Amino acid sequence: MRPAAETEDLLREAAPRVLAAVVRRFGDFADSEDAVQEAMIDAARQWPLQGTPENPTGWLVHVASRRMTDRIRSEASRRGREEAVAAAEPEPQVEPGEIGDADDTLTLMFMCCHPALTPASAIALTLRAVAGLDTAEIAAAFLVPEATMAQRISRAKQTIKRSPEPFRMPAGAERAERLRAVLRVVYLIFNEGYVSSGGGELARADLAEEAIRLGRIAHLAAPRDPEVTGLLALMLLTDARRPARADADGELVPLEEQDRSRWDRARTDEGLALLAEAVAAGAVGEYQLQAAITAEHARAEGAAATNWAEIAALYALLEGMAANPMVTLNRAIAVAMAEGPEAGLALLAELDEPLGSHHRLHAARAHLLERAGEAEAAVTEYERAAELTNSLPEQRYLTKRAARLRQG
Amino acid sequence: MKFMLLQNYGSVEADIGPMTEWKPEDVQAHIDFQKDLNVELRERGELIEGTALTAPELAKFVVADGKGAPVVTDGPFPESKELLAGFRVIDVESLDRALEIAAITSAAPGPDGQPVRQRIEVREVMGPVEH
Repeated sequence: MRPAAETEDLLREAAPRVLAAVVRRFGDFADSEDAVQEAMIDAARQWPLQGTPENPTGWLVHVASRRMTDRIRSEASRRGREEAVAAAEPEPQVEPGEIGDADDTLTLMFMCCHPALTPASAIALTLRAVAGLDTAEIAAAFLVPEATMAQRISRAKQTIKRSPEPFRMPAGAERAERLRAVLRVVYLIFNEGYVSSGGGELARADLAEEAIRLGRIAHLAAPRDPEVTGLLALMLLTDARRPARADADGELVPLEEQDRSRWDRARTDEGLALLAEAVAAGAVGEYQLQAAITAEHARAEGAAATNWAEIAALYALLEGMAANPMVTLNRAIAVAMAEGPEAGLALLAELDEPLGSHHRLHAARAHLLERAGEAEAAVTEYERAAELTNSLPEQRYLTKRAARLRQG
Repeated sequence: MKFMLLQNYGSVEADIGPMTEWKPEDVQAHIDFQKDLNVELRERGELIEGTALTAPELAKFVVADGKGAPVVTDGPFPESKELLAGFRVIDVESLDRALEIAAITSAAPGPDGQPVRQRIEVREVMGPVEH
């Protein structure tokens, strides 16, 4: 039975805090997650009929805990261990202060981004345990059958079970590394949702929203971390462009052709404010730099007013932090915009070795060749890019571009 | 990343005849292998779909121009071995993993338990997202 929208929102928001409380009590992440899921199902069924309890989160923790103790008891009595049965609390009361806050949720995110998990598994588990999406929703978002996603999540939990961790925030270098993993997972979720939103697929657009929500949770728990702030700024500034990304037919509109009046002003402003915050905190990181680049686009009144020289300089900084042919590619595009297509093409020429089979190199080269007036060479590059891409909207866009150019 | 692993009839490298000429226990072993592989891939959360197609004898080909009556041709064809026998659609972390699964598929048991060494075509599925 589908619960009312408010119940659903309430449950989804409460999910990570409830899970954190249960894991802290019982220590077993996998079983706790099952118990919390069951409690949520109970709530979804009962609350619309009986009314929402006064303390919804407490209710959920209570019900989930009861399921945990029931399970412990039945396992213990199967093994004939009387002591364990006696030790299990008869009526698990929820202590004040037990229901956690943003810190707890961040700790939960850390657990979900366990180093033994593949990115896809960490993503699925985070969306389940922290974002509170159900398996069907996650499956739909990634275009796989529900059973496949259920298995993926189940296996992720088993992996964590095999190398269990105490429910606490790690410290020092471990914390920094784990936080990087969390930010990477959140950014992957955002990209998955954002990049696909050109096809009018609303289910996937929600992923970008979930990522932003996760980013906000992380920011609440770690407000002074410049990379956490940087990532949230990046996501908001990027997502602000979403209304202009696709035309009426759902085809992709490139950045320079977008109607900027359709960009989400509130998101842009929030993103710019957060970026300023991150920059003020001192240390410069990758997400901040990417946010700064996106901010340059946001600040420009129109495509022609974009400060490309600044963007090129920012990409150079990014390259200095983490050398990466894709970053160089982006820098080449910015350089072309600032200094002319030939300058950009010269930089692209150095990327044939690392990126020769990547559609983005050929697409970039095609655009620059077109701008340099070399139509024939541009058509060849557009066609090559169309051959190499694995994105259907991208392929359609490139094919049309080649066709248009061929017509002259 | 999503991939389709395709098998057609003619792509068996070794000197192996059609399954109708195998010993029954070899046929069963092959069937069990395919089922077990599907179970394993499903349990790993990697299998999206595993499909066997009906025989080439039942295949039909349709050509139409939207105006006149469509032309429908049926078998048997000399090009039967070009036809698709079946496919799997998988969702995996990398191309390497897809190739690994294709290799397992290729080595399915045939007559006397010898691997059929079938040629598996691995194609990435186009999607809305770039990777």
